[in-house]
Amino acid sequence: MIAEIGAFAAALALALSFAQGGLGLLFAQSEARAAAAAAVSQAAALSCLLAFGLLMTLFVQSDFTVAVVAANSHIDKPLIYKIAGTWGNHEGSMLLWCFVSASFGAIFATLRGKQSLGLWSRTIGVQGLVTAGALIYTLFLSNPFARLDPAPMLGSGLNPLLQDPALAAHPPLLYLGYVGMSVPFSLALAALLEGKADQAWARALRPWTLLAWTCLTLGIGLGSYWAYYELGWGGWWFWDPVENASFMPWLVAAALVHSAIVTERRGSLASWTILLAIMGFGLALLGTFLVRSGVLTSVHAFAVDPQRGIAVLVLLAVALGAGFGLYAWRAPKLAQPSGFAAISRESMLVWNNFGLAVAAGVVLIGTLYPLVVEAFGGGLISVGPPFFNATVAPLLAVLLLLLPLGPMLTWRVGDMRAALLKLAPAAILALITLVVALVMTQWRAAPALGLMLGVWLIAGGLIYLWVRLQRGTGKLLAKIAILPLAVWSMSLAHIGAGVMTLGAVAETAFRTERAVALAPGEGVAFAGRRVSLVQVGGIEGPNYSATRANFRVDQASGESRTMSAERRYFTTSPMPTTEVGILSGFDGDLYVALGEEVRGGNGAWTVRLYHNPLVQFIFIGVLMMGFGGVLSLVALARKRNAST
Amino acid sequence: MTLAALLLAASAPSALGDPAQEARAQSLEREIRCVQCENEPIAQSTADIADDMRALVRERIAAGDSDEDIRGFFRQRYGDFVLFRPPFDARTWALWAAPLLLGGAGLVAVLAGRRRRTAAAVGFTPEDGER
Repeated sequence: MIAEIGAFAAALALALSFAQGGLGLLFAQSEARAAAAAAVSQAAALSCLLAFGLLMTLFVQSDFTVAVVAANSHIDKPLIYKIAGTWGNHEGSMLLWCFVSASFGAIFATLRGKQSLGLWSRTIGVQGLVTAGALIYTLFLSNPFARLDPAPMLGSGLNPLLQDPALAAHPPLLYLGYVGMSVPFSLALAALLEGKADQAWARALRPWTLLAWTCLTLGIGLGSYWAYYELGWGGWWFWDPVENASFMPWLVAAALVHSAIVTERRGSLASWTILLAIMGFGLALLGTFLVRSGVLTSVHAFAVDPQRGIAVLVLLAVALGAGFGLYAWRAPKLAQPSGFAAISRESMLVWNNFGLAVAAGVVLIGTLYPLVVEAFGGGLISVGPPFFNATVAPLLAVLLLLLPLGPMLTWRVGDMRAALLKLAPAAILALITLVVALVMTQWRAAPALGLMLGVWLIAGGLIYLWVRLQRGTGKLLAKIAILPLAVWSMSLAHIGAGVMTLGAVAETAFRTERAVALAPGEGVAFAGRRVSLVQVGGIEGPNYSATRANFRVDQASGESRTMSAERRYFTTSPMPTTEVGILSGFDGDLYVALGEEVRGGNGAWTVRLYHNPLVQFIFIGVLMMGFGGVLSLVALARKRNAST
Repeated sequence: MTLAALLLAASAPSALGDPAQEARAQSLEREIRCVQCENEPIAQSTADIADDMRALVRERIAAGDSDEDIRGFFRQRYGDFVLFRPPFDARTWALWAAPLLLGGAGLVAVLAGRRRRTAAAVGFTPEDGER
């Protein structure tokens, strides 16, 4: 019965979303009808919430008469993973997509602020159609409420790799980011229909762009951290097609966060901001397509279904067709931007957008290129890390090199000489880093330049904070207290980019790894430590059994620490999973993965040892960027409250 | 810890004696694809075939092959698919040119827009800057 009510709620939400679209778009001149569209959007969101809540109930109850639950849950699974199972599969995650889209529509409709009637109403309308499209796809091509007869007794379980706290939170965050890009898209289309993209429009756009970017940042970071500690080979980014699928919208969202600032502050770049918003949502949909269709050979291919892929492509074609069509038709009629000098804050932000957009384009081409070659009969090729590291990485490096200059320049027209003079200490520090790194690495240019870049970003960000604190009079502490939140948030995100750069460069260039065979009692010298296998034994988990190896690590300082690594065997899956041991220290992580018992090796086990210098900086940097986004959202909310 | 145990650990699974050779092997293993897995380099995969492929890389290095020889050896055996670094040929020149083309097109767009925008800002003096 619950499943049927759930399906009914989803169908009701579909009808309501269409009504929302019609009311919002067709009657955008009438306050009363726009208010009706807003009320309908709230009802649609509640229906989606009901449907999603009921699906979650089915998972909690382990109701295996429902196909999705039977295929993705198990009676023995811990409760938290039963709940996470709701979105740990294709059908449930699509329902989550619909729920988020409807909720964002309702939140947008509720928080109208000072938006003009036409913009507000039309945005609600477009958002309603976006939700409707997602609901059609969910109900007709991946219905999460479909029944199964006969029902199995136990359920086949979630992919064991996904039974992990980080991965329980990873999909919802990413979906908040993906779907978050739908509101800027709706706002962009509404602006084109209105024929007006002014500063008030950009003010409405900014929080949604920031929200999407922040969620994508944290979602990607979480996925990367999960890959690092769960996949057992010490890697955190592999330019995998599915990673690229989330990285492309991230790059465009990052560009949009910056261009929307220009449009809000100065009214410039409105047309480009609209284009970015359309492309950002297009890439978010493409991301869904790449993950869900399985067209690309990928570690994430547990969601393979070509028919669904085609349906997402149709939705993508409709959204992009409508977006670009409207853009070509209406964008030339938008008001001409006000000017700015070649050396100005705006100009630097244009270069920021140039770098991010080109990077997104290169990632897109690299990701899809094997498909194109195959389609034209060129056989199978792979486009992997060597390509992206040789193309995207240098481009982003140049972008980061210019970054500290941006905040130092004033709007309209800036003084490059003064900016460079203020940044001189950071430049000197960065050059010292370069020389020291070159000498210490025996003239390896790439890592030395990378470390230089990280130091330049961090020092540049700190100098900007310092410069801002020089303004005005009074005690330093008092000035710190009144420094605008927007300054803190921007500095935190930019310094975070520097911290992440340091980690990424150090990990990539200076990691060491070693595979050894160790029997209990044996040890090996590795990365200035001595790692010994103490014992290997079996343990039982809630729905798996595992082999656990305990290690002792003797640090160079004489201090001794213990760590353990496991191989877990799930009854529901033939492939064992690894639980690695990680010992974090000042110089990075010691990372131990347990392999298999060596055949005829007298009780020896293969053990893979990694030393990943500064790897935690990567995740700390990502957290700083994400927290910068959150602070910026708070700053926008405060400004909004102050002005109403 | 006995000496024998130390020796056993030191002559661990297929590590090459020369650190430079070992570094080359590890770097090659990160750009050769495990042919049985989903988008994994052989450095990462736990599949048996990846073990064999890793052993092959080390064998070729010990035999004195260059990195390019080894890539060619694997390409001949398994096709272009096995290398994460796409070759530069008639099919892929457009891929390798894409960053330059995209960057060039973006540059033209930025500079064209700049001429238009800065035309409106001709009369600006440094005092017009806004903080």
